[in-house]
Amino acid sequence: MSVSTTTTPRVRVGRAWYVTEHKIREMRTYAGTLIATAIGTPFLYLFAFGVGLATLITQNVGPNPDVTYLQFVAPALLASAALLVAQEEYTFGILMGLKWNPIFIAMNATPITPRQIVNGIFLFVVIRMAITSLIYFAVMVVFGAVPSAAGVLIIVAGMLGGFAFAPVAAYAATIEEDRGQFAILQRTIILPLTLFSGTVFPLTQLPIYLQWIGWLSPLWHASELGRQFSYGPTEPIWLTVIHVVYLVGLGVFGWQLCVRNIARRLNK
Amino acid sequence: MPTPVITANALTKKYKDFAAVDGITFEVAPGESFGLLGPNGAGKSTTMRMVGAVSTRTSGDLTILDMDPNEQGPEIRAQLGVVPQADNLDTELRVRDNLLVYGRYFGLPRAVIAKRADELLDFAQLTEKAKAKVDDLSGGMKRRLTIARALINDPRILLLDEPTSGLDPQARHILWDRLFRLKEQGTTLVLTTHYMDEAEQLCDRLVVVDKGQIMAEGSPAALIREHSSKEVLEVRFGSDKNEGASAKLEGIGRLEVLPDRILIYSDNGEAALVEVVKRGLEPITSLVRRSSLEDVFLRLTGRTLIE
Repeated sequence: MSVSTTTTPRVRVGRAWYVTEHKIREMRTYAGTLIATAIGTPFLYLFAFGVGLATLITQNVGPNPDVTYLQFVAPALLASAALLVAQEEYTFGILMGLKWNPIFIAMNATPITPRQIVNGIFLFVVIRMAITSLIYFAVMVVFGAVPSAAGVLIIVAGMLGGFAFAPVAAYAATIEEDRGQFAILQRTIILPLTLFSGTVFPLTQLPIYLQWIGWLSPLWHASELGRQFSYGPTEPIWLTVIHVVYLVGLGVFGWQLCVRNIARRLNK
Repeated sequence: MPTPVITANALTKKYKDFAAVDGITFEVAPGESFGLLGPNGAGKSTTMRMVGAVSTRTSGDLTILDMDPNEQGPEIRAQLGVVPQADNLDTELRVRDNLLVYGRYFGLPRAVIAKRADELLDFAQLTEKAKAKVDDLSGGMKRRLTIARALINDPRILLLDEPTSGLDPQARHILWDRLFRLKEQGTTLVLTTHYMDEAEQLCDRLVVVDKGQIMAEGSPAALIREHSSKEVLEVRFGSDKNEGASAKLEGIGRLEVLPDRILIYSDNGEAALVEVVKRGLEPITSLVRRSSLEDVFLRLTGRTLIE
């Protein structure tokens, strides 16, 4: 029998979805924890900030005097939650697939390409962020933290913020041995970015020599973008455009770099 | 000869200055069971990754199912089944789910995958474990599940990298039985091993690989015939005395002095033993056995397979 006479199975490009499907099936095993966390977290934070801290802070949250502290802080809290999901998947999720539970290596032996693996994972992160953000948003509405209908776009802003953390995934794809790099990343980069990102107080309250940290932080851009949708505009339109361009740009850069790094690593 | 399913010509893979695979040439015919025998670090796994279309070659030619892996990696991989050296089952999924998600990567419809998954679980003798966690399986069961997973796309070629490494004898025999059935069904098997008995059991033809190069090629029987004697006499005199005793053994047959024993290659092992005793030597233990691929490897490289 000549090999050329047999039919070649179909090879399609849209196979990234199968990777997503795989991750969703995995997610079912820890779905309970995931949903409990996704519901519990917004309640905790909104009670703490909206019911607790809000009684203390009654002004200085921006140019619009009608905006309450709860409304000010809510878009940033949602963005933080989306970012946390992205950060978890972009760090441990990536290294898990390459090393601890090396499913990427198994996928690589099939018609799936490294690019499709990364695309599938990124799509999964979008889905996870969407679940978390939707639940967060619903709780925010219950608390009266979203004054306008356009506020629903806070979800998009938060997810863009998470996507902008994609360079972390590209970095994770280069780690051969876990020597606590993620903990260092968390303490030296992510935590300062979170503290100085105008999440629980406006960035302008900080002295100018600290504000640049916020300008670099995806969390600040995502929070400000969410605020524009929720009760804006509170800033010139060009700045809003910059938020979007910065978040999308950083995300696409990290995503493509991650494709390159994973492709290199899988082609030994 | 029918068109080969794999053709490698001067295939080379270098990592900086180190040549893991150094210009090897071989062909595999459809339905053949072909082995790469060699010690750890010989370049077998690297060769398998290139054949598996996941590792770009440095130079040489490689054709798999009439396709070039550099150009048509996904198309080639669609027709391969891969059993890697280290299990990479998804430990977060149950046994049967591992087959279901893997089948999707080949673009198979869910109904087809579900049917095949049940058949393959039966083939791998894991039907009762379908809902078990992967971590709860024994080493042999994990291997069988990995083989079942590799068969989900009904591959034309099954690549097995050290399929029974680290398994106990009973688990190895179960696995060999399963692989032998595949061979009988006409599946092309390509396997690497550093176990000579495995190579003898499963391979129609094999290449002996060392330091990235092919040292010899042929069927197990032909290799033994060509590079070794019919029988081997193994004698032990005690760790410190083997070296000294070997001087008195000259002329009985070709000698290999190992740290723990001396091998005397002869077509008549019993007669060789009589000759040893006649020379006034009293081995602590003696054993006459048939020559094996281990002896072939020792002859070709001066080293044992498992060091």
